[in-house]
Amino acid sequence: MPTIKRPVLLAASAVMAHVPGLLRIGSKPAREIARDASLVGRLIENSRSFDEAVGYAPNQAFIGAIHPREMGPRPHFNRLVEGGQRFGPDGEIMPEREFLGLMALADQFKLMKLAPEIGSAAAAALEQHPLSDALKPQKLAAAIGDPMAENARGALALHLGSGEYAGALATGHSEDANLAASVIAENLACKASGALALAHLLRLNKIDPASIEYVIGCSEEAVGDRYQRGGGNMGKAIAEMAGCGEASGADVKNFCAAPIPAMVIAASLVAAGVFRRVAVVGGGSMPKLGMKFEGHLKHSMPVLEDTLGAVAAVVSEDDGRSPVIRLDHVGRHKVSSGASAEAILEALVTAPLDGMGLTLNDIDEYATELHNPELTEPQGSGNVPERNYRMLAAMGVRRGLFGRDAMQGFVAQRGMPGFAPTQGHVASAFCYLAHARRALDDGGSARRVMMMAKGSLFLGMMTGHSDGMSFILERNGG
Amino acid sequence: MFAGKKVIVVGERDGVASPAIAACVEAAGGEVVLMATECFV
Repeated sequence: MPTIKRPVLLAASAVMAHVPGLLRIGSKPAREIARDASLVGRLIENSRSFDEAVGYAPNQAFIGAIHPREMGPRPHFNRLVEGGQRFGPDGEIMPEREFLGLMALADQFKLMKLAPEIGSAAAAALEQHPLSDALKPQKLAAAIGDPMAENARGALALHLGSGEYAGALATGHSEDANLAASVIAENLACKASGALALAHLLRLNKIDPASIEYVIGCSEEAVGDRYQRGGGNMGKAIAEMAGCGEASGADVKNFCAAPIPAMVIAASLVAAGVFRRVAVVGGGSMPKLGMKFEGHLKHSMPVLEDTLGAVAAVVSEDDGRSPVIRLDHVGRHKVSSGASAEAILEALVTAPLDGMGLTLNDIDEYATELHNPELTEPQGSGNVPERNYRMLAAMGVRRGLFGRDAMQGFVAQRGMPGFAPTQGHVASAFCYLAHARRALDDGGSARRVMMMAKGSLFLGMMTGHSDGMSFILERNGG
Repeated sequence: MFAGKKVIVVGERDGVASPAIAACVEAAGGEVVLMATECFV
């Protein structure tokens, strides 16, 4: 029998794809366009350019170029980061033509056709991409064709943010709603962005793709057919596209909370000696593009939910320097835990801390739902991270750790402003993983970071419960 | 307080979830006829 090993977070990455054209087939915009076709024009008028998306401070924070606390005052959308770059320490923000090309490369069943000028531009740009060896853009030639002919056969039309026609996606099966073009589009966007995140991680950290033995997908999309709607396996599909030839994989589903149990499972597989290196990947969620666009239009803002986000991580055996994933006490929301926000935080935060003999003050940073409030507040959804941090601080007061006057300092010091696009699982702490790794590395400022996430299980109508899980990352040797 | 009343409960995951509100309503003598929790992100 193998001995128990200490699992560490070897590396993490974060990428975005700026896809203002795909926004119109996000769930909410598509439903509203079906009611009022003139909305398309308003979405085009209020879309952001690629440069505006790159210069957006929360997006620069997402790819690791700045820390979320360095974003400056809001609003961010009309005050761009000077010198903001497409590529950052943790990944990149990919423009839409290239990303459409990447989606076509992810499509092994030749369902997607790109208009010649779009496909040619994507192929030329991807040839120059730092990951061109892994992404194999030469294969894109097969996807360049006559999308208008596909449209005539009832395929889903694809556009750029400018309104320019870009291509088409055919249905996978005429009698299977699970393989409808709109579903395939979601899954290809998820696979392409997830593979981009994993490929960046491998290149940035000089990790041999062949050293990855297992890939756990924690994306939101359901891959399957009429006999098995959520059959999976996005993890293995992403492993293949990212060149991890020695990996197999599986998916972990848990609404927005999925990445945290996926990380705990990955760490457990490493600790048990089943695998030495396990990747965890969450691809982007296309249905959530434009989810709150009405609030943005109402407040004369650009439609800011125009970017997919994807995150990848590799968990490995202890290398003596990467942050340790503490498995001795993980937080979990039990069936019996209770449904109030306080009960949830007790289960996720104070219960594992109590088990370790630590207090709220022993965690230097908390990563929770980190949705960018600039996206949620205009539609009346409030500032989600701030709500969570205030609740945590209130628990500190109630436990006698500090006085009420110290709450604001606790929130400012151990919390952070939300910076993630409304991409559910990606925004749920997962987006902070690369930042956390940096904070816990040599020269970093933190000794412990708690990662926690919640998932709205009740939306699937199988239980009234939500779920949640947390784990602590600790400085190696600290 | 809620005795003899039928109550529709709408909660929010990151605020007060509906089961917690429903427990309060029932403790106060109300009858919960519909309960939903929403997620705004």
